[in-house]
Amino acid sequence: MALMRWMFIALLLTLAGSALAAGIEIREFDDPVMEQRYRDLTASMRCPLCENQAIDDSDAPISGDMRERVYLLLQDGQSDIEIINHMVQRFGDYILYNPRLENRTYLLWGLPIGLVILGVVVVVLMVRARRNASAKALSAEERARLDALINRERSS
Amino acid sequence: MTRRLLLLLLPIGFLGIALFLYQGLGRDPSHRDSALMARDFPAFDATTLRDENRQVDQTLFTGEVTLVNVWGEWCPACKQEMPQLLELADNGIRMVGINYRDTREKGLEFLSEFGDPFEVNVFDPDGSLGFDLGVYGAPETFLVDAEGVIRYHHKGYVSPEHVRERILPEVEKWR
Repeated sequence: MALMRWMFIALLLTLAGSALAAGIEIREFDDPVMEQRYRDLTASMRCPLCENQAIDDSDAPISGDMRERVYLLLQDGQSDIEIINHMVQRFGDYILYNPRLENRTYLLWGLPIGLVILGVVVVVLMVRARRNASAKALSAEERARLDALINRERSS
Repeated sequence: MTRRLLLLLLPIGFLGIALFLYQGLGRDPSHRDSALMARDFPAFDATTLRDENRQVDQTLFTGEVTLVNVWGEWCPACKQEMPQLLELADNGIRMVGINYRDTREKGLEFLSEFGDPFEVNVFDPDGSLGFDLGVYGAPETFLVDAEGVIRYHHKGYVSPEHVRERILPEVEKWR
């Protein structure tokens, strides 16, 4: 029993230690749905300081502030879109890993789809051209010339 | 004929994409415009660094073109740019500081050691005003026009060259 207790304490200390090392605070949620939204939101925002880390695994002070703000806005009953807008208004589109679809980003989102469609069109055109070429019948004159060429080749 | 044309399109397309990607290579990935450009200075309520009984808000930034510098005692680049900020203040530019994520003692110590070019310093110990300004590290410098609209943003250390080539022309432009 005593051993169990010690093991439990050791486990708690290890967990606390790793949480401290990561600099990520532990937050209490009454509602598991809200907790999931918190996780998704903080995983979808890029830390403005550290260039390619989501705010949910960054040690930068600004990431801590942003997690705190996401948490407070969630508690305040704001929707995901409102929270994202709140952050983008301050830190810009840069913090979104998935840029929003708007005038500026049509090319970004549309180019891959456009290239795939272009590729399909090119393949279809090539297949069709090849089929047409092989299906084209020879005229009587061409056949006679072909026969003559084959015969000459054989007799020589 | 169409085949020739299609074959010609391939290298042209390749060149186009190559050029587009090449010009992206030379860019500084950490440089980007502030999201607050051309927007009103955010509303806030705070005390000043020197006087905890004095309340200030966003009306501090209306009436005159103001250079707003976000600094903290813990920030080495803030110390290095102080001579440039003192020079800007000597040139008659109105300077307001935002003491960011700092304590009063440390902030006042900093000012007595490195000089105080600021008309007033807004005390922002929890970084909430900094957050609304989209500040993610000090120093950052904003130019606010007489209507309280943010017109220019400089991230990081302000060198003497930055003062001459960017900040002074911007101040003149918005005066």
